[in-house]
Amino acid sequence: MSGETRPHSPAPGGGDGTSGEWEVVIGLEIHVQLSTNTKMFCSCPVTFGEEPNTHTCPVCLGHPGTLPVANERAVEYATRIALALGCRIADHTIFHRKNYFYPDLPKAYQISQYDLPLGVGGHLDVELDDGSVFPVGVTRVHMEEDAGKLVHAGGATGRIHGADYSLVDFNRGGTPLVEVVSEPDMRTPEQARAYLTQLKGLLEHLGVSDVNMEEGSLRCDANVSVRRPGAPLGVKTELKNMNSFRYVQRGLEAEIERQIAALEDGERIVQATVHFDPVTGSITTLRSKEEAHDYRYFPEPDLVPIEIDEAYVERVRASLPELPAARRRRFVADYGLQAGDAGILAANRPLGDYFERVAELSGDARLSANWVTGDLSAHLNSAGVGVEESAVAPEALAGLLALLGDGTLSSRLAKEVFQVMLETGREAEAIVRERGVGQISDAGELEEIIAAIVEANPGPTEEFRQGREKVLSFFVGQVMKQTKGQANPQLVNELLRKHLAG
Amino acid sequence: MFSLTARACRDLLGSGEVSSTELVELYLDQVERVDDRVGSFLLVDRDGALAQAAAVDATPRDERLPWEGVPIALKDLLCVEGMETTCASRILKGYRPPYDATVVAKLRAAGLIFLGKLNMDEFAMGSSTENSSVQLTRNPWDLERVPGGSSGGSAACVAAAQAPWSLGSDTGGSIRQPASLCGVVGMKPTYGVVSRYGLIAFASSLDQIGPLTRDVRDAAALLDLIAGNDLMDSTSVGLPAPLVMPTRTDLTGLRFGVIREFLGEACEPGVREVFDGAVAAIHAAGGMCEELQLPSVEKGLAAYYIIAPAEASSNLARFDGVRFGHRSEGAVDLIDMYNRTRSEGFGEEVKRRIMIGTYVLSSGYYDAYYTQAQKTRTLIADDFRRAFGRVDYLISPTSPTVAFGIGERTQDPLAMYLSDLCTIPANLAGLPAISIPAGLSHGLPVGLQIIGPHFSEQGLLEAAYAVEQRLGLSALPSIAEAGR
Amino acid sequence: MISREEVEHIARLSRLRFEEEELERFRHDLSAILDYVNTLGELDLEGLKPTAHAVDLKNVLRADEPGVCLSQAAAVANGPAVEAGQFVVPRIG
Repeated sequence: MSGETRPHSPAPGGGDGTSGEWEVVIGLEIHVQLSTNTKMFCSCPVTFGEEPNTHTCPVCLGHPGTLPVANERAVEYATRIALALGCRIADHTIFHRKNYFYPDLPKAYQISQYDLPLGVGGHLDVELDDGSVFPVGVTRVHMEEDAGKLVHAGGATGRIHGADYSLVDFNRGGTPLVEVVSEPDMRTPEQARAYLTQLKGLLEHLGVSDVNMEEGSLRCDANVSVRRPGAPLGVKTELKNMNSFRYVQRGLEAEIERQIAALEDGERIVQATVHFDPVTGSITTLRSKEEAHDYRYFPEPDLVPIEIDEAYVERVRASLPELPAARRRRFVADYGLQAGDAGILAANRPLGDYFERVAELSGDARLSANWVTGDLSAHLNSAGVGVEESAVAPEALAGLLALLGDGTLSSRLAKEVFQVMLETGREAEAIVRERGVGQISDAGELEEIIAAIVEANPGPTEEFRQGREKVLSFFVGQVMKQTKGQANPQLVNELLRKHLAG
Repeated sequence: MFSLTARACRDLLGSGEVSSTELVELYLDQVERVDDRVGSFLLVDRDGALAQAAAVDATPRDERLPWEGVPIALKDLLCVEGMETTCASRILKGYRPPYDATVVAKLRAAGLIFLGKLNMDEFAMGSSTENSSVQLTRNPWDLERVPGGSSGGSAACVAAAQAPWSLGSDTGGSIRQPASLCGVVGMKPTYGVVSRYGLIAFASSLDQIGPLTRDVRDAAALLDLIAGNDLMDSTSVGLPAPLVMPTRTDLTGLRFGVIREFLGEACEPGVREVFDGAVAAIHAAGGMCEELQLPSVEKGLAAYYIIAPAEASSNLARFDGVRFGHRSEGAVDLIDMYNRTRSEGFGEEVKRRIMIGTYVLSSGYYDAYYTQAQKTRTLIADDFRRAFGRVDYLISPTSPTVAFGIGERTQDPLAMYLSDLCTIPANLAGLPAISIPAGLSHGLPVGLQIIGPHFSEQGLLEAAYAVEQRLGLSALPSIAEAGR
Repeated sequence: MISREEVEHIARLSRLRFEEEELERFRHDLSAILDYVNTLGELDLEGLKPTAHAVDLKNVLRADEPGVCLSQAAAVANGPAVEAGQFVVPRIG
């Protein structure tokens, strides 16, 4: 990633985003919860699902007299994200206070970044299903702290309206967040979803976050507006608190529909926050911001600037794992894999690592890719585990593939042996030896069997010699029956033909 | 015993002449005797102090730490775990911090005994301690006059011999000005020398904790106990080296610059006279004085009254009734709760400053006010830097006037703000500054302010010591003497 | 002279509530103070960088090592209203 700004234009592929004569403009703001050990500005452990207010301290509770101290690893992770997105890393970055009152904000200000963020001017190349690629600009990447959690009580729905009162838990308060703001380059909800999916994959690859939308370690707010092509940008609304990719797409679809219907009715769009209800599929406009927040940003006096030099940037860059796009290209180029397999293996870092180890040991990359994306992945999916928990280690799979390669096992047998390996955790060679399961590839042994069968079947032999090819399968079947299916099929075929030819 | 320095207390304890319990009782008695008139203390921890004293007495003398058993009192914006800490505000009534401020932890570890918490202007906003929501503190030299502020309680208690020394905080002069008005020594260290962790913040980029003491050597000792880089405070640096007891009596070779802008019409003639006496003392000790102009310092007050309220408006937003402190009863919803809680809990001056602060940070005004003020800060820092290229230290009266009458300036906020004219610029530039008693004007104390370059604490204390010795003052208010 | 609307706006942002005559008094006080601090406009500050920190520190960072947390009881001890280990706040919406 060179970090230079790439020229980009609104995504062309996958639909031009016009609906009737309307053009849609979408920008996404993603918040990523970092998987550091401790919070952004204090040493409380970052956790999930603990008893309320058991992972807090005077600092993250906002007690008077307390002061923030920035988490070194959070800065590193944020730099990783910014670099992976091709941003230019600021050589001088500072924190700002964003002031507003809300119960989940203990200091009544959030420590965030404003006009000197960590990274600017990046992009993400998003691939669509049809294989086309469009770049989405990344305006900025910055660091901030998370707020606590509010639970609304006393009302029917557990939502804020209608609740009698609310309860605040500060366990989550202070968790490090990185905000990634995209340029408004997306033109359809599908593109937005693709951007989100790929950004998540990238972040997963970097090992900086659990990026789990259901758990809240990945959050997405979308800004969407519509306009006539060529017209200036329309008024945008903000879709918040969507906790799955599907809801993001559906929410955008619903909001776009609402905006277009309203505009076609002659109404104006009011800048507001909207909420999408996935159950009913409806959009509700929340109380629009009558007075836009005046956050009164000013530089955080309790924190000093962070100066980032080239050496640090290079160190972080060097520590970046190979990113999915580059890995995919390498798998195709170096291993000769099909694009599809390469894509699957590159998208999941541990799976890709597993594949490479198997390929290295077995010497047959394509075979390895088939097995990893096929039988192994099928097992992982049904067992619901990641490849790190696979019962079959890469070395063991490579051992199986070796037996396939030297003809000891047919592919059918290999699959059977694989199942046994999964169940018992034992190695292929041991299983084969024990069960006497091994493909017969000894030409001499097979010739004896073939000779005997041919002799015992003069009729079919004559038919074959008369040109009826189909009869061959009868002989093959007989050989297989005799050898209990263990004969090497290609060899049987070859030897039979030779023998029958006379 | 009424004029005991902390060093004297330490020596008496060390020699066994006095037990820690006796010493603590001596001071508690004095508190009891005069505090109905002086009003320094918001909280006296009699039981806690005597329990600590008993523990000290139970420890063999040769196993004790050097300062173990010496009592001290703390301005009520320093967090002491489990001890009510209110900043003299209704909004923090009943608040018990779940942690010790770093300086408090250091003093505890050194074995000092906490007598209690001292009165102050609410949230350190004020120059007379009249903004305390709890009680008035009166100047021990004249009970109809203010002790200065915001560390009025800290200065008065030392002046009235209710404690050998105390800790205060200084944002725009809040240690030095009351020290001057009460005739004690008060020092603000270089910004970053003392950790602010546990100091309830007023203006984060200006606040520092510092000692108020009977004499310069005690100030050196106490500063040494509390200074140090702290992992809990990103803005802390500590001192370049531990402080040693100042010994300098000869000022030969040192150059002092008199800040002309602080000797203008605001400066009372009586104050001027005492100041001139101090200048004469410097000459007599071999030092050189010349007048210098630092034109930008005249704008210090204006810059301060933008920056300090701005930071304060943000620092005080956490007082919202949710997690600690006062919460208004019967609010109909959240916003109502916020509004009522804060309106009930904050005094007028605090509200004024929150409003100013919010205004100067608000959209459309930030550049005109806040940015301008921060640039003015740069200008002032530059003026000081230039001055320190010519002289070693800068001097001025600490306060343009002696202690004024209670109620005299409360109707006019701007008149009150002028009390800090001479002290504010050192905060804006982050420079260390000390005020030492320089004499009396019409029976009321006048302080000499000495300002040094960043991290020049040792030299500054040496120079102050030399002047102090040359001046040879020892007057005490009568309230400190009677009944011994 | 700062306008009444502006004072009300600032009060809203600050979550402060004023009675009628208080509002007037604050309006006057604030105006006087703002007039005074406005004198900074007389200075030539062209080309100067704003000072955010008096002392020149950079890169003060903390290792990502867990420390000690407060117990739930200690965390909510000062809370004016607490339920099930959480802070209660009145109706938001």
